[in-house]
Amino acid sequence: MRGMSLIVKNTTRLVAGFIALFGAYIVLYGHVTPGGGFAGGVIVAGALVLVVLAFGERFSREVISHEVVRASDAAGALAFLGVALFGYLAPNAGAFFANFPDLLGTPGNLLSAGTIPISNLAIGVKVGAGLFGVFLALALFRRRGEQRLMVPDAGRLDSEAQR
Amino acid sequence: MDPVLALLLVLIGFMVVGSLVAIETRGLLSSVISVGAVGFALSVVFLLLGAPDLAITQVVVEILVLVVLVRVVITRRDETYATSRSTLAVGSVLLMLGILVAVVFWALGASGGAGLQMRPFGNPLLNEIGPAATMAPVGATADAQADRPETIPQSIGGAYLQEGLKRTHAANYVMGIVLDYRGYDTLGEATVIFVSILGAYAVLRRIGRHSHARDEPDR
Repeated sequence: MRGMSLIVKNTTRLVAGFIALFGAYIVLYGHVTPGGGFAGGVIVAGALVLVVLAFGERFSREVISHEVVRASDAAGALAFLGVALFGYLAPNAGAFFANFPDLLGTPGNLLSAGTIPISNLAIGVKVGAGLFGVFLALALFRRRGEQRLMVPDAGRLDSEAQR
Repeated sequence: MDPVLALLLVLIGFMVVGSLVAIETRGLLSSVISVGAVGFALSVVFLLLGAPDLAITQVVVEILVLVVLVRVVITRRDETYATSRSTLAVGSVLLMLGILVAVVFWALGASGGAGLQMRPFGNPLLNEIGPAATMAPVGATADAQADRPETIPQSIGGAYLQEGLKRTHAANYVMGIVLDYRGYDTLGEATVIFVSILGAYAVLRRIGRHSHARDEPDR
């Protein structure tokens, strides 16, 4: 997959950072304003997809490889599980997913609500990396398999995919 | 009529039409675009019903899915198959649908008369606080009975609204419920996403993992 035209590339340079920033804001402020880990993660994934669509697969090879994406997907899932297990350390009665809401901050601040922001962050990383990984898989993996599967049309499909 | 309700009805009609177009249209690309239009209408519906969290999620997921689907569809050869439908099957399905609509209309008491009364729009059950139930648990003494509050929320949602901020310190009640009260649920959802993405990788990877596949130059 090659990149797109100069106009698309320049617009992407201007916009992609702000989209990713908005995604991070949605993730980090999930416990204060509407949003949360899932929505913010999808926005971050959208920014990455925009960059890959505009600049081609060179970006995914040189900046964020598919291995990194898969690793952060798994790391996000494990971090969420870790937050759940962290609940066993609760002061009075430890339990799975126990929260520590009283430890720091007042409701409405960024630092509040105990483990909820940490869970949001883990889910954001997990969802963003997962969806971006699926996009990479759809965009990059598919072509070779198709060549082998559809032998009669292989040449035609390949020239179309190159376009 | 309530303007919000009127707008909702218009949007729902638009979604029904869009879904039908998505199913019946010939081109794969126009089908994908119709699905996208239905999704955006759904996000506006969520916004009107007072669920901004869902609306945000719906919009961003819709955009990403639309991009991915267009990317997949646009390089694939568009093959359409002409299928003929038997008149009897379509006619009986339409007849059954009509009977279903009539029964639902009667059962929900849309005319305001007999039948189960549907709650009025915009006044969900979880907003209501009613008198405490009179049935005491088995073995409860009179003292325990006296300790119980006069009024209790009618549903579990009311309890969340009363206690949520105090217990979880999360100003966004949705997150307080999703990540605190219902943490198990969210963990299960995360597992579902994880497994489905794993399945996508397994399906989409190169056919087989031979050693000579790595020798090909990476384009």
